[in-house]
Amino acid sequence: MRCAVAVLFPVVLMLVACQREERDTRPQSALGSGEQPTPVTTLEPGGQRPSPTDNKAASFEANAFHLSEGKRLFGWFNCSGCHANGGGGMGPALMDEKWIYGSSMESIHATIRDGRPNGMPSFRDKIPDDQIWELAAFVRSLSGNAPSSAAPSRNDDMMAHPSENRMPNAATLGKSP
Amino acid sequence: MNRFAPIALVATIALFLQGCAGWQSALDPKGPAASELAWLIWFFTGLCAAVWVLVMIALALPLMMRPRARVEPLVIDADADNRKLRVVLTAVGLTVVILVGLTLLSFFANRTLAAIGSHAALTIRVTGHQWWWEVRYEDATPSHILTTANEIHIPAGEPVRLLLTSTDVIHSFWVPSLSGKLDLIPGRMNVLDIKADKPGVYRGQCAEFCGAQHANMGTFIIAEPREKFDAWWNDQLEPAAAPMSDEAKTGENLFLKRPCVMCHKIGGTPAGGTVAPDLTHIASRQTLAAGTLTMSRGNLAAWIADPQGVKPGSHMPVVDLNGDELNAIVAYLEGLK
Repeated sequence: MRCAVAVLFPVVLMLVACQREERDTRPQSALGSGEQPTPVTTLEPGGQRPSPTDNKAASFEANAFHLSEGKRLFGWFNCSGCHANGGGGMGPALMDEKWIYGSSMESIHATIRDGRPNGMPSFRDKIPDDQIWELAAFVRSLSGNAPSSAAPSRNDDMMAHPSENRMPNAATLGKSP
Repeated sequence: MNRFAPIALVATIALFLQGCAGWQSALDPKGPAASELAWLIWFFTGLCAAVWVLVMIALALPLMMRPRARVEPLVIDADADNRKLRVVLTAVGLTVVILVGLTLLSFFANRTLAAIGSHAALTIRVTGHQWWWEVRYEDATPSHILTTANEIHIPAGEPVRLLLTSTDVIHSFWVPSLSGKLDLIPGRMNVLDIKADKPGVYRGQCAEFCGAQHANMGTFIIAEPREKFDAWWNDQLEPAAAPMSDEAKTGENLFLKRPCVMCHKIGGTPAGGTVAPDLTHIASRQTLAAGTLTMSRGNLAAWIADPQGVKPGSHMPVVDLNGDELNAIVAYLEGLK
């Protein structure tokens, strides 16, 4: 009896390791496409705007599945046509820590959805809203703004930068500890 | 034993063997490569079964035979020693002969397979994607190059050369009724020659685990007489049929306005995505989503409304469409014969 427990207990412990991140392939909320707030500025009268209840940004930015889907879509939708593989070309570089329109998920989502002056097209209605969030999460990971446990770990082609999970952490980059 | 037992046994085996027939079976060959392989399968099975039965008899005999009168252990029995040596040498010799023989047989079978496509007139590039097949018919004239998906039309009775590659992970192309399987490897080109003796539809299946929807990655080889095949090729080269009804026209507009256009191509319209199946003549195909659903208006609607319910994990996203929009897009796609 004691022997059986001694065997079963480690087995049960090991089974926990089989738990893996759920792949949320249907994350679309009833809210639908295009109804997310677009904070171009954080200055607002009457205090800060309450964050949206479904909070896409938080659920997408540290999720390995969404980050890797974003990486795939970045290639599929030809983002590299202007931004190269993050190094920039006709469009600005995405792998540095310089943000013209803000570094938050919401700002990048707004950039992709609504476009920006001087060339960034609007992908509103052309890309399902959740895929825009995936792209935004991936763009953030290009400059080391995603946890290395979740960021994509493999580049299939020659790249201007190491794979996203080996990018220097943006939070500590250039600062002495 | 019951008098009817043997008859029942034979009938049962015959019933089981029926399962070997059909449009996807290595034991029901419909082309020279598959015939060669089927013959090899039966020969190997037969020979190995015979060897197994012989070994079992050789083991059973000493158990059943009465032990011989004991000889004095110290007396040298030259006869018995010689017999042992002869038996062991014969068995080793036979094993070597059989193994060498089988190796030679598979070698010559492979030579026959390799010779099938030596003068193939048609080259088709098959690219594996998660989880569908891109099919490109090569031609010296660029305007005759045809890209389609999941269904491979070939002329019956003619050898066809397939160039196999992949863009994401390793897949494997296997149409059991026509040939053996061969892997599709990213960055590599594998060559597989196939030939269908008679017109017919043969099902194929990805035979290398390639992700969540590996099981729903089917393909169809449709062998037709040469004239029919040429007519099909010419039809497929045409741009997409213009929408006739108002609903279909709305559908075309919606298709071009909504996310569909980011991935799919429809010849003759601005839709030019190349990362998903070409839809120029989607309604002329027999199935949807690589053999997952049969082609019908209902299935088209089901697939577009909720691809993640039909084929969870596939790269087709759930697109936010209301009922009218969905109906219009389905009406448009249904007309793309």
